[in-house]
Amino acid sequence: MKKPLVYLLLIGCSLLFAAPLFWSVTTALKSQSELYLFPPKWIPSIWKFSNFSDAWTIQPFNLFLKNTVIVTMLSTIGQLVSCTLVAYGFARFEFKGRNLLFLVVLATMMIPWEVTMIPQYMEFNYLGWINTLKPLFVPSWFGSAYFIFLLRQFILTLPRELDEAATIDGANKFGILARIIIPLMGPPLILVAVFQIMNCWNDYLGPLIFLNDQSKYTLTLGLSQFKGMFGVDMQSIMAITCLISIPPLAVFFFAQRYIVGGIANTGIK
Amino acid sequence: MAQTYSQTAGNNAASLKPRRKRGWGGAAPYLFIFPWIFGFLVFTLGPLLFSLIISFFDWPIVGQVHFIGLGNYKSMFTDDPLFWKSLGVTLRFAALFVPFNIAVALGLAILLNQNTKGTAIFRTAFYLPSVISGVALAMIWSWVYSGDYGILNYFLSIVGIQGPDWLNDTKWSLVAMVVASLWGQGSMMLVFLAGLKGIPKDLYESASLDGAGVIRQFFSVTIPMLSPTILFNLITSIIAAFQQLTLALLLTGGGPMKATYFYAMYMYENAFKYYKMGYSAANAWFMFLIVLTLTFLVFKSSEAWVFYEGEMKRKPQKKMKSGGKGKTA
Repeated sequence: MKKPLVYLLLIGCSLLFAAPLFWSVTTALKSQSELYLFPPKWIPSIWKFSNFSDAWTIQPFNLFLKNTVIVTMLSTIGQLVSCTLVAYGFARFEFKGRNLLFLVVLATMMIPWEVTMIPQYMEFNYLGWINTLKPLFVPSWFGSAYFIFLLRQFILTLPRELDEAATIDGANKFGILARIIIPLMGPPLILVAVFQIMNCWNDYLGPLIFLNDQSKYTLTLGLSQFKGMFGVDMQSIMAITCLISIPPLAVFFFAQRYIVGGIANTGIK
Repeated sequence: MAQTYSQTAGNNAASLKPRRKRGWGGAAPYLFIFPWIFGFLVFTLGPLLFSLIISFFDWPIVGQVHFIGLGNYKSMFTDDPLFWKSLGVTLRFAALFVPFNIAVALGLAILLNQNTKGTAIFRTAFYLPSVISGVALAMIWSWVYSGDYGILNYFLSIVGIQGPDWLNDTKWSLVAMVVASLWGQGSMMLVFLAGLKGIPKDLYESASLDGAGVIRQFFSVTIPMLSPTILFNLITSIIAAFQQLTLALLLTGGGPMKATYFYAMYMYENAFKYYKMGYSAANAWFMFLIVLTLTFLVFKSSEAWVFYEGEMKRKPQKKMKSGGKGKTA
């Protein structure tokens, strides 16, 4: 293809993809009088930054933020710990049924969540966990197939001689993991953390199904309540939309090279 | 210090051996994978079996539970118009979303793979919408699609088209939903981009030496070499299409006139609005069967169109390549 055409297409598509984001940011900054105009104004004449703080107080968003941070932190730590242990178990041991079990790990990725959703709801209901944050982070402490697969693939690339040297120095299996393997696992662990933080921060259906009280809401659930709420204006909705998108965007910019590399390594079977 | 350290290390080494004989060593791998085994039993296998069981019951969340055999499945097919309606909506959505999703993601990946400057910036622009939450995405698009004040209808009015009220128009709401979903295709694009980077450059060189133009190269080199990636993305897209729920709940609520009443939403409402747990479980299992069947058919067909380089005796080829390089050096 000719270069000028490529640039033209790249710029055109970028504008197309960026336009809705840009539109939501400028809407968040508009004053009431400029909101419902046709033709619409791209850039507000006065930038009303107070929209953000006003919108934040319509609902107890501080509380929602706290809930979201708790769930995201606990579930991310859980994934990191459990998936590392499990991946190490699959990568570095020979045991009966290993290949079959690993096949099962991969097969669980195929199961749609709708099939297990109802029994899980009943299970959490039985445990008295409905309307608590527990259903949103406890399962993360037992690993997830995709992350286990990703970490196992990485451990397999580490030379076994390292393990053997450590064994001669008297380290047991756990010591090898803690002192040899984990220090080398920076990039894939960052990738797992980034994916989990984004998934958890952005999750909507989990909180929707398992939470009832407003005091337990997460940010996405709080934002979704704006829909159909009387007297909430578009600039408030867009203000919250922008605010709650900042953390995932920040994490993305920080970890961009890990994400691009990580998808390159594991996306294709 | 050094002494105590070596002593404990010695003790460890000494105590490890007999332990292993007693079987502790054999249990070690199971201890490491225990979290997954436990989670699998409690959060996946158990619920999977339980959901199959309750699909044969009339199972309200409170009140009497009755075994009704295939009753749920029977009434699903015979006297529930919403079942057919929602299945039709999801199939139509999938038929639009899957091909466009693949085409858009592949198109963008090819653009990014042209050795231009600023690739990282463009890649970021295409991927950004995939980073934000589905709720944020739905909020943004409901404003973009707004009939009276939306930016989309503004652009259409510039070229003299009176745009519809997208989300409240039975003809357009599903299409609007497809477009909004395509906006979040980023990870698929990255998978394609990685696949494109894996295609050896010399294939293109020899193709152009043989006189193949850009279009011919695309169909004779890019598509065959990329076909395993296309297969992977095809299956992922099909599964994603069947699970689409967030957008339906937040953009249209299934309306207008159930035009966007997705199967996943039908299932969700049966469970958490009408509390018909057994019926909803039957819905879910039926969807699982459809997805499995589609996946199986795609895999079956892939034998005809997916080209695995590995099956073409890759190793001798590699040797030749490195041999050639050695000569030029």
